Amino acid sequence: MTITEARTSPVRDTRRPRRTDPPLKMRLRGAATPWLFLAPALLLFLYFKIIPMAQAVGMSFEEVRPFLGNTYVGGANYSEIAGSPDFGAAVWHTVLLAVAQTAGSIVLGLALALLLEGQTRGLWFVRSAIFLPVVTAMAVVAEVWRVMYYPAADGALNSVLSVLGMGPSEFLNSPDSSLASIAFVGIWRGAPYDMMIFLAGLAGVDRALYEASAVDGASRFRRIWYVTLPGLRPVFAILLTLAAIRGLRVFTEVFLLTNGGPDGSTEVLLTLTYKLGLERNELGVAAAGTVLLFAMLLVLTVAARLRRKEARR
Amino acid sequence: MRNETALGLQEARGPWARVLRFILYTGLFVIFAGPLLALMIGAFTPTVNPTQFTLVPDRLSLENLERAIDRNVLHYLLNSFVVVGAGLVLQVLVSVLAGYALARKRFRGSAVVLVVILMTMMLPEEVLAVPLSVLLADLPVLHINLVGSLVGMIVPVAGWGFSILVMTEFMKEIPKELEESAKLDGAGEFRVFWQVVLPLCRPALGVIGIFGFVMIWDQYMLPLLVATDPDQYTLPLALRTLRSDDQVGIGVLLVGAFLAMLPSVLAFLALQRSFIRGLQSGAIKG
Repeated sequence: MTITEARTSPVRDTRRPRRTDPPLKMRLRGAATPWLFLAPALLLFLYFKIIPMAQAVGMSFEEVRPFLGNTYVGGANYSEIAGSPDFGAAVWHTVLLAVAQTAGSIVLGLALALLLEGQTRGLWFVRSAIFLPVVTAMAVVAEVWRVMYYPAADGALNSVLSVLGMGPSEFLNSPDSSLASIAFVGIWRGAPYDMMIFLAGLAGVDRALYEASAVDGASRFRRIWYVTLPGLRPVFAILLTLAAIRGLRVFTEVFLLTNGGPDGSTEVLLTLTYKLGLERNELGVAAAGTVLLFAMLLVLTVAARLRRKEARR
Repeated sequence: MRNETALGLQEARGPWARVLRFILYTGLFVIFAGPLLALMIGAFTPTVNPTQFTLVPDRLSLENLERAIDRNVLHYLLNSFVVVGAGLVLQVLVSVLAGYALARKRFRGSAVVLVVILMTMMLPEEVLAVPLSVLLADLPVLHINLVGSLVGMIVPVAGWGFSILVMTEFMKEIPKELEESAKLDGAGEFRVFWQVVLPLCRPALGVIGIFGFVMIWDQYMLPLLVATDPDQYTLPLALRTLRSDDQVGIGVLLVGAFLAMLPSVLAFLALQRSFIRGLQSGAIKG
C-alpha cells in the first residue's frame, strides 16, 4: 500500500511519464507472457484435438486411399453411412444405452446417497467401498463382468440368480439380453459416481428447512419429496447432461464385453466407426460417422450450456 | 440437528434398527465391492474356469501369479507405470502453466482460449479415434511417427481441459497482493509463478494429481491405437489377450485384472478427500 501512495504523491509525479511508459520491448514481453504459459496446452490441443477434428471433416468428403492420394467425393460418405442400416441401429443402441444408464445411475445414485448420507465412520467406509468401481479402469470392470456374466447355469451371476429363484440367463450371449447386460454394468459403475455428487447436493440443502418441516409434522416421505428433491434440482440437471454426453461416446465396455455382437445387437456409434475405420479401412466413411457424432455432442453440449445459463437467471 | 440427514436413517436406534442397517450396508457392499473382491480372491485361487469365480475360495495359491509373470504381466504393468508416470508429470505441468495464465493474467483472447478448452473436453480419444489413427502415424509439420511407441500414449494425454479448469479456478482464489509484493522484491514472472503461486496450490495439485492418475490409468483407446506389438501393451490393454490360459484357465486374467485395479484403487484410497472434493466442486460448478 505504501508504494502506491508514494507513486501518486506529487513529488514522484514529475517522473511519471517515464515510469508508465515502459519500452516497447518490455510491453511486448508483458503481452506475450500469458501466451508463453499457455503455449504447451494450446500446442497439445492443436495437435491432438483440433487438427484431428479438422482432418475428420476433410476426410469425410474424400475417399481415403493411402499412398494413392485422396479423391474428393462430396457427400457420398455421408449418404453411405447415414443410409446404412448398421448406422441407424448403432444410433438406436447408443441412445437406448445412454438413456438406460443415465436414468438407472441417477435413480440408484440418489437412493444410495439417501441411504448412506451421514457422518459416521462406518458410513464413510461403506461409501468408499461402493465408490471403488468408479476408480477402477473400465477394462478391468469389463473383464470382471465378462466372468460374472458367464452364461452357463453355474456361472457366477447365474448362481446368485438361481438362489433368488430366477432362471439362468445368457446375458451377453443372447441378442435379447446383451444390451441390457451392458447397461447394467454402466449403472453399476455410474450409480456410485452420481451418489457422490448427490451427497454434495444433500449437504447443501438448508437444514433449517428440515427443522421447519418437522415442526409442521411432515412425514419423512413428504420431507424428501417437498424439501430435499427440489433442493437437488441443479444436481439433477448437471448429472443428466454429463451422463447424456458420456453415453454418446460409450466405447470401451462395449468393445470388451461384446464388440457389438451378438448379431450386432450391441453395436454403438463408436464401435461401428472403429470397425469401419480401423478394421475395414474405410476411413472416409468412418470420418463421416465421427463428424456426425461430433455434431450430436456439440448440439447436446451447447443446449445444456444455454439451459444452464437460463436457469441461473 | 446439524448432522440430520434427509432420510433420517441414522436417527433410528435400538437393536432392530442396528441389525437392519447392518444388513443394508452389507448388501450394498457386496453388490458394489463384491465383484472386485471376488477378483482379488480369484487372483490367488487355483481357478480354472469362470464358474468357480466366487467370494469363498477353497485354497489359496500363487500359481496364477507365477503363470501371469511367465506371460509378461509385469512388463505390461511396467508399461502402464511408465505411461501414467510420464503422462501425469507432463499433464500437471501443462495444467499449472495454463491455469496460471488464465487465472492471473488479463489478456485479449482469454475467453476464446476457455471456449477452446471446453471444446476439447467434448473430444476424447474415443471420439477422435479414426482421424487420430492417421495423425499419430505422421504428425503434421513435425513428421514424427508416434505409432508403436509409448510416447504416443504419453504426449496426447498431457493436455487435459479438466485439470486446467480446476487449476484456473483454484488459482483465482490466491490473493493478488502476494504476487505483487514478490514482484516488488524483484522476482521475475517465472519465479513468482514457481515460488509464490505454485506452493499455495498444493490442495489443487492433489486434486488434479489423483484425477489425472485415474484418467490416464483408465485410457483404453489411445493405447489401442498406438500399440502395434504386445511389447507396448499397457496392462488394461493386455487383459484382452490374457482371457484364457491352457494351464490356469482364467487365472492369468484375474491376476492381470487385479494388478490393473490395484494402483488406481490405492491412489484413490490415499487421496480420497482430494478426489471427492474435485468431483463435487467440479461437477457442481459444471
